[in-house]
Amino acid sequence: MTTDQFDSLKRTPLHALHEELGGKMVPFAGYSMPVQYSAGIVQEHLHTRAAATLFDVSHMGQVRVDGGDFVAAFETLVPGDLEALTLGRMRYTFFTNDAAGILDDLMVTRFEDHLFVVVNAACKDADLRHMEARLGGRATVSPLEDRALLALQGPKAVDVMARLVGDDIRAMPFLSMAQMNIGGIPALVSRSGYTGEDGFEMSIAANEAERLARQLLDQDEVEPAGLGARDSLRLEAGLCLYGNDLDERTTPVEAGLAWSISKRRREGGGFPGAEVVQRQLREGVKRKRVGIRPEGRVIAREHVEIVNAAGARVGEITSGGFGPTVGGPVAMGYVESDQAQVGLDLGIVVRGRQHPAKVVKMPFVELGYYRGN
Amino acid sequence: MAKKKKSDLLYTQEHEWVSVEDDVATCGISDYAQQQLGDVVFVELPEVGKTVAQSEEIAVVESVKAASDIYAPISGEVIEVNDALEDEPGLVNGDPTGEGWFFRLRIENPEELEGLMDEDAYQDYVEGLD
Repeated sequence: MTTDQFDSLKRTPLHALHEELGGKMVPFAGYSMPVQYSAGIVQEHLHTRAAATLFDVSHMGQVRVDGGDFVAAFETLVPGDLEALTLGRMRYTFFTNDAAGILDDLMVTRFEDHLFVVVNAACKDADLRHMEARLGGRATVSPLEDRALLALQGPKAVDVMARLVGDDIRAMPFLSMAQMNIGGIPALVSRSGYTGEDGFEMSIAANEAERLARQLLDQDEVEPAGLGARDSLRLEAGLCLYGNDLDERTTPVEAGLAWSISKRRREGGGFPGAEVVQRQLREGVKRKRVGIRPEGRVIAREHVEIVNAAGARVGEITSGGFGPTVGGPVAMGYVESDQAQVGLDLGIVVRGRQHPAKVVKMPFVELGYYRGN
Repeated sequence: MAKKKKSDLLYTQEHEWVSVEDDVATCGISDYAQQQLGDVVFVELPEVGKTVAQSEEIAVVESVKAASDIYAPISGEVIEVNDALEDEPGLVNGDPTGEGWFFRLRIENPEELEGLMDEDAYQDYVEGLD
C-alpha cells in the first residue's frame, strides 16, 4: 500500500485516538482502521471474553428509513419479520437478490416513525443504491453520515454501562435499542454486538465520539481492541462475516440462517428470492455452512479445500483462524449437505498437505448474551 | 573459516537469523519479524533430511493475522528441527533468537554467509523499513 492509497482512505471520528493509543492502522473497506493495539490480537480477544472491550465500528453504515408505510415497504427487501418486531426491538436479516443470494447482512431496529438500519462498511454504498431502487419512493432512505458507532463488548460491559447511565440498563433486553444519556452525551444504545458476549453498541454524533470513547476507556474494566480481535471473537461465536461466509451466491438457507425467517415470511414470501428460499426449505440444499475444527494446530484459513475421507473435494473454508479462547484453530465453511453431520471426520488441505478435521457444532464458545434474570 | 561465537547472529533481508557453530547453522526469525507477525500460533517445519537452496521456502509461520513463508537463509541439509514449537509456538514471540529457533542446517556453502548482515547492519536495515 502506497502513501497515496493511505491518504485516500476514509477516517472515522476516532482516528486520532486510535493513533494515540498505538493502534496499528490498516486499510479496511475503504477506511483506515486499527487491526490491533499494543496488547495484540490474542490479549485483546481474551480481555473481551473476561472483562470489557471498546471497538470503533464507525465505518459501518447507519441508515434511517421512514415515510409512507416504511415497515411494509422495507419487508419487500428483506426476509426478516419486521411487522412482528415491537418498538425498540432489533433483528438480524439480509438484503437478498432475486436468486435469494445475500447482498448484505444487517441489523434493523423498529421505532414508531422509522427504522434504524446498520449495514456493512464494504457494502454500504451498494446497499443505499439498492434500497433507493427497490423502495422506489415507497419510503425515504437517509444515510446518517455524521454518526459514529462504538461497541462495548464483554461480560463486564454491563457494569460499565450501569455506572455511567444507571442500574436500569442491567435489565435492558438483548436485541433492544433505546435513547439515553451517557455522561451527558445523547446516544442511541442497543444491547447487541458481534463477539458472542453481552455488550452494547452506541450510535452517537460524530463530534461526541472521542469524548464518549475516552469516558469508556477511563473505566477500569475497559481496554481498546481492533479488527483482528473482532474477527477472532465473531468466528468463535459462529457469526458470519459478509464477503467471506455470505455472498451473492449464497442463500440464507445454505448459510444455516433460516431461523431468521419467520413462519409468516416463509409462507407469505414477498421478498427478493422468496421462491428460492421456499423451494430450498422444502427440498433441501446442496451445500451447507458448518463449523470445522482442525485437529492439531494447523490453521485453516479462507479458501482452504475441505475433502472427505477418500480425499475428494467436498467443500471450502470461508473463515478460519486461531481461536484464542478455544486455544486452537477454528473455522467455518461450506460442504456438500451429505457431509455436514456433526462429528463427521473430514480433511483440510493446507499447502498441499491433508490434515484431519471434524465437522462440529457452532458456536465454538459458550455465548454470553443477556437472556434476562 | 574462523569459528564464530554463538552469539554472533547473521541476518537476511527477509528477517531470518543464522547462528553458526562449526558447519552447522541454527536458524530462526528475528525479534523484528516476530513483532511484525504478532502472536505466532503454528509453525510448519521442514522434514529432517530435506536439502534446501538459499532463499528457497523452507517453513511457514502462522500468526493470528496471516501465514508467512520462511526462506532458507543459506543452502544446506536440514539436520534438526525445533520440535518444541509444535506444542509451544509462542516461543517464537517469547524468545525469537533463543528457544524459538526453527531448524538447523548443515552448511553447504560457507561463502553464502558473507552475504548476510551482522547485528549492526541488520538494525540499520530494520530502522530504514519503519
